[in-house]
Amino acid sequence: MTTAPAPTPTVARRRFERKRVGDRRAGPFTYAALILTTILAVIPLYWTVVAASRTNADIAKTPPPLTPGDNLWANIRSALDQVDMVKALLNSLVVSGSIALGTVFFCTLAGFAFAKLRFRGSNVLLVIILATIMVPAQLGVVPLFILIAELGWVNQLQAVILPTLVSAFGVVFMRQYLIRALPTEIIEAAVVDGASTFRIFWSIVLPAARPAMAVLGMLTFLMAWNDFFWPIIALSSQNPTVQVALNSLGQGYVPDRSIILAGTLVGTVPVLIVFALLGKHIVGGIMEGAVKG
Amino acid sequence: MRLKAQMAATDQAGSLVTEAPRGPRPRSAWRTRLTKLDAKASPYLYISPFFFLFAGFGLFPLAYTAWISLHSVNLQNVEERTWVGFDNYTRLFHDDQFWNAVQNTITIGLISTVPQLLIALGLAHLLHCKLRGSTFFRVSLLMPYATSVAAATIVFAMLFGRDFGLINWFLGVFGVENIDWENGKWSSQIAISTIVTWRWTGYNALIYLAAMQAIPKDLYEAAEVDGASRWQQLRHVTIPGIKPTIIFTVIISTIGATQLFGEPLLFGGAGGYRGGADHQYQTLGLLLYEQGWFNFQLGRAAATAWTMFLIIMVAVAVNALLASKGRSALTIGRRRRPA
Repeated sequence: MTTAPAPTPTVARRRFERKRVGDRRAGPFTYAALILTTILAVIPLYWTVVAASRTNADIAKTPPPLTPGDNLWANIRSALDQVDMVKALLNSLVVSGSIALGTVFFCTLAGFAFAKLRFRGSNVLLVIILATIMVPAQLGVVPLFILIAELGWVNQLQAVILPTLVSAFGVVFMRQYLIRALPTEIIEAAVVDGASTFRIFWSIVLPAARPAMAVLGMLTFLMAWNDFFWPIIALSSQNPTVQVALNSLGQGYVPDRSIILAGTLVGTVPVLIVFALLGKHIVGGIMEGAVKG
Repeated sequence: MRLKAQMAATDQAGSLVTEAPRGPRPRSAWRTRLTKLDAKASPYLYISPFFFLFAGFGLFPLAYTAWISLHSVNLQNVEERTWVGFDNYTRLFHDDQFWNAVQNTITIGLISTVPQLLIALGLAHLLHCKLRGSTFFRVSLLMPYATSVAAATIVFAMLFGRDFGLINWFLGVFGVENIDWENGKWSSQIAISTIVTWRWTGYNALIYLAAMQAIPKDLYEAAEVDGASRWQQLRHVTIPGIKPTIIFTVIISTIGATQLFGEPLLFGGAGGYRGGADHQYQTLGLLLYEQGWFNFQLGRAAATAWTMFLIIMVAVAVNALLASKGRSALTIGRRRRPA
């Protein structure tokens, strides 16, 4: 992640530290343990590819096959007959995209206010936002369902978009970034030039916040894509997101395991590819956000 | 202080405009007032979306759950509510299925959270050094987090299959007989905990790693000068140094474990809301789902939700209490040493 330089120790001091313990080198044991854990982390995903590309009879063999076969397309076609995964992918794209856009915009706006504007009660309000991370909002599911039922939104995508358009994590994350990345002098200069707060936000803050906005957008997209509980309740297989479709697939009566896994693969691979490509930045974002926690 | 600077700046700007010959006077006065209003009101306007959305879709439904839980509400006719007082709660507390779900939620919570956080701590310690391919390790360890609950559970349910599962095959190599993971109480709960642990360990490891990197290096230097081994450094420098983060992850994991839902729902395949033939892995989250969306009794579901909320409050309070006790013991220990 590109960030503005944090206050760093002087070069001489850093050189001195480098020789010392904090930067100890990894030994063979460390590598062995990490490689083993990495294998454990990735093996279920690899096995999904193997099983989804073979026939049901193949998977049942002893010893089980450990390399991919050539039945993937046939399995995917059968899976798409069972659940409307194409519609689910499009729906998930709309839902996760809207949530990511909304969250990034609202969180940058709020993060800017907390980072660079002085107002009465700002500290208290920030603490309240932090505290909401611990509120198990999921448990409000019954009234929330009644609400969307009364609005006639059951099975409509807005039912899963609206409740998650902003996140406490995002506000804190953007605030943290803007404090470091955006010099207060620039904003003061803009104020002297007579720019309104929103003008400052639009022309100065938004461009400066772009790297952090991209990271927050990716993280939010990922979380929205994987959200399970509320979509299961608010939507159904007639208008599913990917997770709702996977739920029907996993709880359904498809007897063929390689077909179930092919469907799972279709619903999961797009996100995993994006993650593998941008993973470095997502990792950076999670670690960045963690420091405050 | 910044506000003062800003106000001074706007005043200056205002007076500049008044002195300038182009604009007519009343308009600039109006502008000045507008600028002042902008500086005062805008911050609140900018943070208001968060509060409105959280109040509307988070806090209000949660609080309103308590009110709904005192009514009988049918899923198919949500507008008709009959007052029943505490009936839903009395029924719930006399229901064996509820106590079974409480028990399952606690055991699954413990056998998923404790190993998960311990492994994460160890992993973070391993990652906290000069490492070739550190980005590769970090991204791969986070792959499970990027995989959805639904996908992970579908895959793991098959890995844990009795007859053709990869895990039984692997254990069979060592002479272990096929385990019927899904139908046993402990085996099914261990399997479900494995899914949770698989998905969250890497994420927690990165959070710990971030906290470890913030520990001042002089502390390690001092420890090394005192002749502390790597293990002693972990115990006496690293862990106390990231204690707030550990407490944070414990609390967040506790809240998550209490609401566990997707993993047990999809683990058993069809009819997953029952949590197994004997409800052997039905969690409170599943019970709520069964009451509301399979038995159509939203009032009872609300009573379960509100009970879960109280359980979470108690669990968080206990965690916080233990943490503050631990901290005071730690500071007392530190104070005693020099004396």
